[in-house]
Amino acid sequence: MSQLETQISFDVTTLRKDFPILSTTVYGKPLVYLDNAATTQKPNAVLDIQNIYYREQNSNIHRGVHHLSEVATFEYEKARGKVKNFINAADNKEVIFTKGTTDSINLVAQSFGKTFLNAGDEVIISTMEHHSNIVPWQMICEEQNANLRIIPMNDDGELVIEEFEKLLSPKTKIVSVVYISNSIGTINPIKQIIELAHRNGSTVLIDGAQAVAHIPVDVRALDCDFFAFSGHKIFGPTGIGVLYGKAALLDQMKPYQGGGDMIRSVTFEKTTYNDLPYKFEAGTPNIVGGIGLGAAIDYVNIIGLNAISRYEHELLEYGTEILSHVSGLRLIGTAKSKASILSFVLDNAHPHDIGTILDREGIAIRTGHHCTQPVMKRFGIPATARASISFYNTKEELDALVRGIAKVSEIFG
Amino acid sequence: MSELNELYQQLILEHNKSPRNFKELEHFTNDADGYNPLCGDHYHIWLKLDGDIISDIGFKGSGCAISKSSASMMTAAVKGTTIANAKELFEKFHSVIMTKIGDEIPEEKIEELGSLGALAGVREFPARIKCASLAWHALIAALINPKQTVSTEQ
Repeated sequence: MSQLETQISFDVTTLRKDFPILSTTVYGKPLVYLDNAATTQKPNAVLDIQNIYYREQNSNIHRGVHHLSEVATFEYEKARGKVKNFINAADNKEVIFTKGTTDSINLVAQSFGKTFLNAGDEVIISTMEHHSNIVPWQMICEEQNANLRIIPMNDDGELVIEEFEKLLSPKTKIVSVVYISNSIGTINPIKQIIELAHRNGSTVLIDGAQAVAHIPVDVRALDCDFFAFSGHKIFGPTGIGVLYGKAALLDQMKPYQGGGDMIRSVTFEKTTYNDLPYKFEAGTPNIVGGIGLGAAIDYVNIIGLNAISRYEHELLEYGTEILSHVSGLRLIGTAKSKASILSFVLDNAHPHDIGTILDREGIAIRTGHHCTQPVMKRFGIPATARASISFYNTKEELDALVRGIAKVSEIFG
Repeated sequence: MSELNELYQQLILEHNKSPRNFKELEHFTNDADGYNPLCGDHYHIWLKLDGDIISDIGFKGSGCAISKSSASMMTAAVKGTTIANAKELFEKFHSVIMTKIGDEIPEEKIEELGSLGALAGVREFPARIKCASLAWHALIAALINPKQTVSTEQ
């Protein structure tokens, strides 16, 4: 598609109007929201549906015979169907609603771990994992006397696949890697990683938190065994997330938490568990969150992830280009395959100081280690400043970022 | 820009560029780590106590301009003073930077802080107050953390 066609089919000015927060000001300056890897803003469609739910449909699900409970159950399960179609799962029962990516990974670590991990077994993760894909594995490895192995990365922030191949062994029970790095934007070759792991007989979990809002995901084409993501990173509410799992695996796994909704019958002698996905959904869930996520998915589908991906790539290239002309600025993460994340450091100013000065210009970025301390260690830096782009951002906003960085240099000389 | 100028005063930028007492003490009696796990700012502080006098102090580590200049100014302010004086200074400093936005800080309260008064502007930036107080918390921790003497004799 030519650049002209992209511009015609991608009307960012109109799309921005769907997000009320994008027309607000911060310290008297128009908000420039470049912290989308932390959380995304919410379109009217998501805001409205939550309001409607609480005003007109609020009830508990799966338990009432009354009208409202039926409506709420219908809407919640409809949202599950939307998720299923969105990631192309084979069945609704393979879509488990969780609190978010962290909760999804903990579920797999605990449940898969207690079912399949034995003493001496190994779990493989990578250097660029978010802490949420490190700590749950450390915890279960300690419990089961299993060991954690780490795929290294090169100076561009790409995983070294040859080293991954060497780590694979009969002891490797599960490989858990991130699709897109939250701190440096690398898009990992997960299709290849999944194939290599499967050839070795290992199960694979993909942390898709940063992927779902930026590139199309087809869990069956990828053939991953588990896929985790959060609603709030794809324009949905916080506190709702998804764990996709192959039914054959989920069926074998022990429940994660006990409580209502996850049981079939309870006596003091024995409890039988409910079918998938409810076996893994103890307690009253985040009903409005699920419905809000469904609305967010509808919204993304209307724009189309291919169009989003193309436009964001254009912004990424533009941002990379203009930042490369800023003297004293070094981009952290220069992978060939990269999503719309611009992580950088300045010679003369610490990321927190950059963040504070940009904030007063109305520009929201993230500064710090981004919950990826091993990545910072790998690059020998304590922190970065990170601008993360969404489809509602513009080239003008990236220009504002560069002007803001100039103010930093003015102060820090 | 005025609040930013107040935050990043020349004195602060100068301490950030050339921090005082930025060294590890060879002979020290007390030490402690100051670490903010949320942002990664990390300093280590060494003290040499002679009775109740802080006769020498040094720090190393990395962090933002606010945390580093605050650490530098703190070491300069407490070097040669008594433990009681250092603690009192921290109380005064803390009360100034914790003053609510909009509330007046009496001129004399800033004056009695000496050069540390330059950090008063941090109160306009609630997210950065922790940066300004990090080294002080490490100092207080060090004061109650005597060096573990390792002996080859049992």
